Amino acid sequence: METVELKIFRYDPDKDEKPYFKSYEVEIRRPGMLLLAALNQIKWEIDPTLSFRRSCREGVCGSDGLNVNGVNLLSCLTKISCLNSKRIVIQPLPGMPVIKDLVVDLEDFFAKFITVKPYLIRRSSTPDKEFIQTPEQRKHLDGLYECILCGCCSSSCPSYWYDKQYLGPNALLRAYRYLADSRDEGALERLPILNDRHGVWRCHTIYNCVKACPKELNPTKAIVGIRKMLLN
Amino acid sequence: MSIKIEQHVYDVLILGAGGAGLNAAQVASQYAKTAVISEVYPTRSHTISAQGGISAALGNYEEDHWHWHMYDTVKGGDYLGDQDACEYITKNAPQMIIELEHIGMPFNRTPQGKIAQRPFGGHTSNYGKQPVKRACYVADRTGHALLQTLFEKSVSQGTQFFSEFYALEIVVNPDGEVCGVFCLDIKNGSLHLFHTKSLVLATGGNCRIFATTSNAHINTGDGVAMAMRAGFSWSDPEFFQFHPTGIYGHGNLITEAVRGEGGYLINGEGTRFMETYAPTIKDLAPRDIVSRCIGKEIVEGRGVGPNKDYVLLRIDHIGADEIMEKLPGIHELALIFSGVDCTKEPIPVVPTAHYQNGGIPTNYCGDVIKGSNGKYDVVPGLYAVGECAASVHGANRLGTNSLLDLVVFGRTAGERAAKYAQTSALAKLPDEAGKAGLEKLNRYANANGNVRFNDIYQKLIDTMQLNMSVFRTEELMKKALTDVERFEEMLKDYKVDDRSTVYNLDLIEALELDNMILVAKTATVAALARKESRGGHFRDDYPDRDDKEYLKHSEASLAPDGSISVDYRPVRLKPLTVDTFPPKARVY
Ligand SMILES: Cc1cc2nc3c(=O)[nH]c(=O)nc-3n(C[C@H](O)[C@H](O)[C@H](O)COP(=O)(O)OP(=O)(O)OC[C@H]3O[C@@H](n4cnc5c(N)ncnc54)[C@H](O)[C@@H]3O)c2cc1C
Ligand code: SF4
Ligand code: SF4
Ligand code: FES
Repeated sequence: METVELKIFRYDPDKDEKPYFKSYEVEIRRPGMLLLAALNQIKWEIDPTLSFRRSCREGVCGSDGLNVNGVNLLSCLTKISCLNSKRIVIQPLPGMPVIKDLVVDLEDFFAKFITVKPYLIRRSSTPDKEFIQTPEQRKHLDGLYECILCGCCSSSCPSYWYDKQYLGPNALLRAYRYLADSRDEGALERLPILNDRHGVWRCHTIYNCVKACPKELNPTKAIVGIRKMLLN
Repeated sequence: MSIKIEQHVYDVLILGAGGAGLNAAQVASQYAKTAVISEVYPTRSHTISAQGGISAALGNYEEDHWHWHMYDTVKGGDYLGDQDACEYITKNAPQMIIELEHIGMPFNRTPQGKIAQRPFGGHTSNYGKQPVKRACYVADRTGHALLQTLFEKSVSQGTQFFSEFYALEIVVNPDGEVCGVFCLDIKNGSLHLFHTKSLVLATGGNCRIFATTSNAHINTGDGVAMAMRAGFSWSDPEFFQFHPTGIYGHGNLITEAVRGEGGYLINGEGTRFMETYAPTIKDLAPRDIVSRCIGKEIVEGRGVGPNKDYVLLRIDHIGADEIMEKLPGIHELALIFSGVDCTKEPIPVVPTAHYQNGGIPTNYCGDVIKGSNGKYDVVPGLYAVGECAASVHGANRLGTNSLLDLVVFGRTAGERAAKYAQTSALAKLPDEAGKAGLEKLNRYANANGNVRFNDIYQKLIDTMQLNMSVFRTEELMKKALTDVERFEEMLKDYKVDDRSTVYNLDLIEALELDNMILVAKTATVAALARKESRGGHFRDDYPDRDDKEYLKHSEASLAPDGSISVDYRPVRLKPLTVDTFPPKARVY
C-alpha cells in the first residue's frame, strides 16, 4: 500500500524539556484520503499518545487548524494528495502558546474575539415581528458570518505574532460582520475599540490571513471596510 | 498523595454548550450566576454542523398554522411523542424564531425582507395535504449561525465558561437531591467540583456508536451515560434516527434541504423511487420512511455502483446559481468527500446514523422526571434539554425540529433553572461527591492492560452498524448485545498509553468509549424488548406498529450490578389545550 511520512511536532510539558519532531509512516487507504484520517490512523494504530483537536470532521467546528508544510489549514478538509509531498511536516498553529503536541492555547484568541463586542447592539426599540432586512442588505453579511473561529488567519499574521495586543484578523472580521449588519446600531461603541494602534491600524495588508482562511473569507477586506468607516 | 479538588459554586450550572445549553445559559445569566461546562470550546459543539433549517409556522410565503406543525410532529414521531410537549414546542416556535432574529441570527430573507423559509421532510399544510415552507434557514449553515449567535449573546450576558472541561459524574446526595458536577480540566489535568442549585443537562447525542454516522467525534453519549449512573432513566433508547442522505463511504450529512429545494433520489435503474412509496409528499416523507425505502431498493438489487450499495441524490437541475446561493456548504462537502460537483452530477448517498430520538425523560417544560411503574415525578432543580432529552420527537424526529427543540426548551429550562435557584438553598454536598468520577478517572489514567481504544471502538461501531441500524431482527440484535457485552469485559483489560496530565486525548477517548459501551448496550436491550416496529425502530420480525402493547415509552435504568432494566411509561397523549391526535396509520 502507498504510504506517506508525517513528521509531527511533539511536546508534552510533563516530560519533555523541549519540543521535538517524530515521524510516522501512514498508509493511504483510499483515494482522496484526508489528513485528519491520517492523524486518526496514527492515534488509533501507531501512537496513542499524540494529542490534537478535532470534532465535526467536516470543516465547520474550527477545531483542527494546523500548520502543514508551512501553511495553516484544517486537517479535516485537506486531501493528502493535494499536499503533493511524500513528507508532510505538521506543527501547531504558529504564534500561539503550545499546550501539548498540536494543541495550542486559544484563550487570548477568544478573549480578543469578545473584545470587539461581537453581538447585535440596539438603541431603538425592536418590532414585534422580525426586523425587515432586504436580500441586498443581507448579502452584505455573506463572506463575514461564515467564519468558524479556527484561528488559521490570526495565527498566520506577522502583526499578530509581534504585537501581543493586536486584535488580529479574526476579531476584526467579526467586528465588521456586525458593523455591516443593517440591524446593528453599535458602531459608536465598537469603532473606538477598533480605532487603535492595536486595532485596524496594526494591519499592514500583507494578505497572509486571506491565504490562510480555509473558508475563503477575506479579513483584509473587512479591515479596509472598518478603516473606511473610521475615516468617514 | 492527597488529591486537590477545586470547588466552585453557582446558582445555575449548564452542562453542554451546544444550542440547547447556550440558549439556557443566555437566559439564566440574565437572572442568576450561571456557568457553562463544555468538553470543547462552545463554538465547536455539534450544533455547529446543523445545516438545513429551524421550523416555525411563520407563514412567510404561504398559509401555515402551529396546529398543522403540531400534527406533523406527532405523526412524524409515530405517536410516541408526548403531545403536551408537541403543542408547547410548535406554539412557541414563531416567537422563538423572532427572538433569534432579534439577537442577530443572519437568516436568509424573502424579497420583502422577512425570514425566508423552505420545505422540509414531513412538514405539511392542512394536516398532511402538501409540503409547506416552514423551515427558516441561513443558507445550509443554520446551526453554525444559531450556535455562534447564542454564544455571542451569552458572552454579552456575562455567562462564565469552563471550556475543555470533561464531566465525569453528576453528583446526587443521599436524599436524592442534585448537587452538581465533577469535572476534569482537560488542559491541565486539574479536578473541579461544581456545586450548584440548578443543573441543566445539554450534552447532545451519541450516534458515534455507529460506523456510518453524520455525528462529530465528541457525540459519544456522555450525558445519558452519566445520568444513568446517577440513577436516572434513559427514555426510548432504542430509537435512533437514520438520515436517508449520508455521503456514501463517509456518512457526512447531505441536508434534507437539498430535497426541500427540489432534489430527489434515484435508484440504479434511474427511477425516482420515492414517488411509489409516498405518492403525496414523495422525497419529503419523514426520514425513517425514506431510509427504509433506500434500504429496500438496495436489498432488492436496485442500488447504484459496482456493489449496488448506494443510491443517488440529484440536485443539478435546479441550476448552479440556486445551489451556490442556498446550498454552498453541501457543494463543498460533496466535492471534498465524494469528489462530486453537485451542480453537474448526482451525489452517492446511503442512510447515516444521525440523531438520538429518545433521551433523559422530561415534562413539557424541560424538567427531568423520575419514577417507576408509570408514576413519574419532577426532580427539583434538574433539567434536560436538546438532543440528550426526550419528550417531543417520539419514535422519529422531523427535520428542523431539533434546532427548534434546543431553543424552545433551552429558554424554558434556563428560565426555570434561574427561578428555582432564586427560591432554593444549595443542596448539601455528600462526602462522596466526585468519588465515583475520580475512581473511573484513576482506573483509566492508570490502565495498563492489553486492549487499546481502537481494538474495541472499531468492532463496536461495526457491530452496531450491522445489527442495530435501519433493519433489525431478534437474531441481529442478540448478536449486537453479545458483542457489546464482550467489549464491556474487554474494558477491564484496557490500556491507556499516554500518562500525561496535559491534554491527554488517549484518556478522554477511554472515558468516552466506556460511555459508548453503556449507550450501545442500553439501546440494544431496549430494542430487543420492543417487539413491534415504530419510527426509527424497525424489526423485520415484527414489521407492524402495535399500539395495544407498545404505545408507551421505554425507560431504561442501570442497576448497581451493571445490568440494564427496562420499565415503561405511558405516552402523554393529552395536549395542553387542544384535542389529542389519536394514533392513525402513517401514510404520506
Ligand atoms: C450534520 C447535521 C446536520 C443537522 N442539521 C439539522 C437541521 O438542519 N435542523 C435541525 O433541527 N437539526 C439538525 N441536526 C440535529 C441538531 O443539529 C442536533 O440535534 C443539535 O444540534 C444538538 O444540540 P445540543 O445542544 O443538544 O447538543 P450539542 O450541540 O451536540 O452539544 C453538546 C454539548 O455537550 C457537551 N458535552 C457532552 N459531553 C460532555 C462531557 N462529558 N463533559 C463536558 N461537556 C460535554 C459538548 O461539549 C457540547 O458542548 C443536524 C445534525 C447533524 C449531525
Ligand atoms: S492583512 Fe493584516 S490582518 Fe491579514 S495577515 Fe496581513 S497584517 Fe495580518
Ligand atoms: S476568518 Fe477564516 S481563518 Fe480566520 S478564524 Fe475565521 S474561518 Fe478561520
Ligand atoms: S474537525 Fe471540525 S473543522 Fe475540522
